[in-house]
Amino acid sequence: MNPISFLTQMIRIAVPYLFAASGGVVAERSGIVSLTLEGFMLSGAFAAVLGTNYSGSPWIGVLCGITGGLIFSMIHAVATIRYRADQVVVGVAINLLAIGVTRFFLKLFFASSSNSPRVAGFGGNIHAGGFDNPLLWIGVLIAPIVAFVIYKTPFGLRVRAAGEHPDAAESVGVSVTRVRYAAVAISGILAALGGVYLALDQHQFTDQMTAGRGFIAISAVIFGRWDPLRAAAACLLFAAAETLQIQLQGSHAIPSQFIEMIPYALTIIALAGVVGRAVPPAALGKAQA
Amino acid sequence: MTASSAPIPGQKFSSAPPPWREHAEEALIPPLVALLVALICGDLLILSYGQSPAAVYRLLLEGTWGNAYGFGQVLYKATTLAFTGLAVSFGLRAGLFNIGGESQLAAGGFAAALTGLVLPAATPLALALPLCMLAAGLAGGVVGSVPAYLKTRFGAHEVIVTIMLNFIVLALLNWFIAGHLHVPETLHTPEIHAGVLPRLSDINPTFHGSAANLALVVAILVAVVVWFYLFRARGGYDLRAVGLQPDAAEYGGISVRRVWLRALTLSGVIAGMGGINYVLGYKHYYEDGFASGAGFLGIAVALVGRNHPFGVLLAAFFFATLSQGGLAIHAFVPKQMMDVLQGVVIIAVAMAVPEVTRILRSARRRSDA
Repeated sequence: MNPISFLTQMIRIAVPYLFAASGGVVAERSGIVSLTLEGFMLSGAFAAVLGTNYSGSPWIGVLCGITGGLIFSMIHAVATIRYRADQVVVGVAINLLAIGVTRFFLKLFFASSSNSPRVAGFGGNIHAGGFDNPLLWIGVLIAPIVAFVIYKTPFGLRVRAAGEHPDAAESVGVSVTRVRYAAVAISGILAALGGVYLALDQHQFTDQMTAGRGFIAISAVIFGRWDPLRAAAACLLFAAAETLQIQLQGSHAIPSQFIEMIPYALTIIALAGVVGRAVPPAALGKAQA
Repeated sequence: MTASSAPIPGQKFSSAPPPWREHAEEALIPPLVALLVALICGDLLILSYGQSPAAVYRLLLEGTWGNAYGFGQVLYKATTLAFTGLAVSFGLRAGLFNIGGESQLAAGGFAAALTGLVLPAATPLALALPLCMLAAGLAGGVVGSVPAYLKTRFGAHEVIVTIMLNFIVLALLNWFIAGHLHVPETLHTPEIHAGVLPRLSDINPTFHGSAANLALVVAILVAVVVWFYLFRARGGYDLRAVGLQPDAAEYGGISVRRVWLRALTLSGVIAGMGGINYVLGYKHYYEDGFASGAGFLGIAVALVGRNHPFGVLLAAFFFATLSQGGLAIHAFVPKQMMDVLQGVVIIAVAMAVPEVTRILRSARRRSDA
């Protein structure tokens, strides 16, 4: 096994996770459950392909993808913050809705029930191994940026206060509602970028192309104990396991299904507290009174 | 009463309408609001495809309730959803969110198929059905007991554990099927020898071709048992008390841990038993991915059914109609429209429940004053 090819493949697999998990950290730290990442990614992926297809420019596609994620995240925010709907229920529904909407529009715009036509993407230099894609670099840098925002800026402090002790935050004049809207919007944009990267990397949209990646990102958030950098490390770990599985394919050393289980099993172990207890933000999932 | 409208303790009982009416209003209005929202969204989607909403809705009704085959298909789809919906609502009554219906249903179907394969072909249905159901319930219960144990022993949140467990169990089942048990060139087991359920078309030939089968009756029976347990049995009383206010229940002498353990495990049992509909009633084998989507929709069914066993049956029928209706209109508007409407209904109900309750209660307080 070539270590360079292993590393490059691992990073390419990790980028969607890095985007989505960074978004998930922001939303969950503000107190909003992020079961929605899968739906945000999917809507971002579709909107990006739609925009790229009609404009011919992947940058327009990126903007459309961000808009797609933003729209879905605002549905989530209005339902759970304004109307105090159950965050888990709406989260599940957002994912179903994203599958439905992308399928319907796939039919409407591309007259297909499985995939879009081929669209332009970034880079394309065979020797660059995918590293001439600006989105990949943003993805690699996003976790440190989010870590800086969460820990070193006033906004980050408010996000953490909203997630840990919303009443105390309100009492010193922070609008928990506004902070949570912003945090959910950021999670929508970042997760959508993960989907955008995925779709433009494959140069097309296929039905349910995110295939559970949003849930792996949630695993990374929890396994990383709601810390951006630890979550990013978890993303890299999960991506490494996946790369190993791909590179070992054919050797039948370990059935691929067992490698697939790794992120989920590690998350359960982390939650059960076998190796350092994973404790969620105190106000996670609770509507603001 | 003065200008201030602070509620006076006790007054509510003297002038309020009978409590059943308040219950009924709070239970029925949110789904009706959601239905209205869904109809409007449906109109927009149909118009975006250049079709007439009235014509498409008529087609939808004709293809689902308007003929025996379509109605039979609705009943078949409603059966699985009834099981997963009952499972989710059972957990929610104890305040727990079981999102593991997907894998519990699959595990149950797998266990039912294995039992049907192991039993000799001559086994009478009266013996084979209980055995298959026992196996299916056990398998679902085992999957459900994992989050239950982790919750009560370590405080691990059941939402995340059940989601993660979905992926693990489905991967495990996929490994069993793809690696060991499949008929070559397929992803399903051989056909079962015993436990094949009679179809509705065996009793009434107008249902010919539809997959509705005896599992429907089993689902209704399970709903009745769940209703009896929740509202007429001691254990169900404890369970609901824990769901409403765990601290108060604990103080009142109920072991919250034990109730949670029981509720999530039984929730898994109910979801697991749903596997008989597909395996014993329809295909007569376990196929990889047969449970896909039914577990998540169970959450929608429980929500729209307002966590009442009979409401769940109605809601299962409603979502099955949507799903079958998609096939009926597919020639004019893509059936994917129904996937959109499912999501819309769930979000609308989830938003309407707290909002409608709040509005109704403040209106009542005002009329009391």
